Amino acid sequence: MNVTEENINDFNVLFVLDERIDAHNSAELKDYILHMIELNKVNIIVQLEQVRFVDSSGLGALLSGFKHAEAKSGKLSLSNVQNQVLSMFELTRLNRVFEIHTDLDEAFDIGE
Amino acid sequence: MCSTTNFQVDVVIPTQTKYLHLIGSIGEHIGKDLEDFSGDREALAYHLNLVLTEATTNAIKHANSDDPKDTVRINIDIQEQELIIRVYDHGQGFDFESVPNPDFDHPKEQGMGLFFIKTLMDSVTYTSSDDCNVLEIRKLLL
Repeated sequence: MNVTEENINDFNVLFVLDERIDAHNSAELKDYILHMIELNKVNIIVQLEQVRFVDSSGLGALLSGFKHAEAKSGKLSLSNVQNQVLSMFELTRLNRVFEIHTDLDEAFDIGE
Repeated sequence: MCSTTNFQVDVVIPTQTKYLHLIGSIGEHIGKDLEDFSGDREALAYHLNLVLTEATTNAIKHANSDDPKDTVRINIDIQEQELIIRVYDHGQGFDFESVPNPDFDHPKEQGMGLFFIKTLMDSVTYTSSDDCNVLEIRKLLL
């Protein structure tokens, strides 16, 4: 799993750099996010600009992170979600669970 | 190419998730090339990528983990008005009918794969026998 992490405006922004999240790398993404939460980095924005494909295991990894962040009074939100990927969130109604932001600036504004 | 010729793609892969990208990409390419499909080809390409990825993941998950030489076979049959995907594995199989749809009010991390297949395609059947399971997925190309 190819990711980078940056602290911007008191948010832990996780940039996912792989084009594809599927059952081959989703467990690694999930573990990475859970490790962030263990380190008390609980205000997470997952920036998905590079991701053009996500499957059910990828959605599951993000949902796991969301639930764990919430359990620690934090929040995991998403930004820069490509249209086809967004349609997967809509189909599973997960767009009602996650805050999905157009870009990071919008995520920072709403999160403040 | 796809507008005039029926064709098949037959792939046999080891039961390893690193091959999901390959299988998904084949579906995506086929979707983009279906010139006679009157709907949204970009969406169809994504859906075929997704459905092939989910079906293959499912087969790998239920495969015979004791046998490193175990394989999954994926057959894609493109006909004029229909696309048929068949995924064959040699695992213990699973009870297809008992898999529930996701509970959207209480979402869980697992159980969305078959939902995608059933929702995005036109019909899905699963046949299990002693030495082979087949998940057959049909998509009308109208």
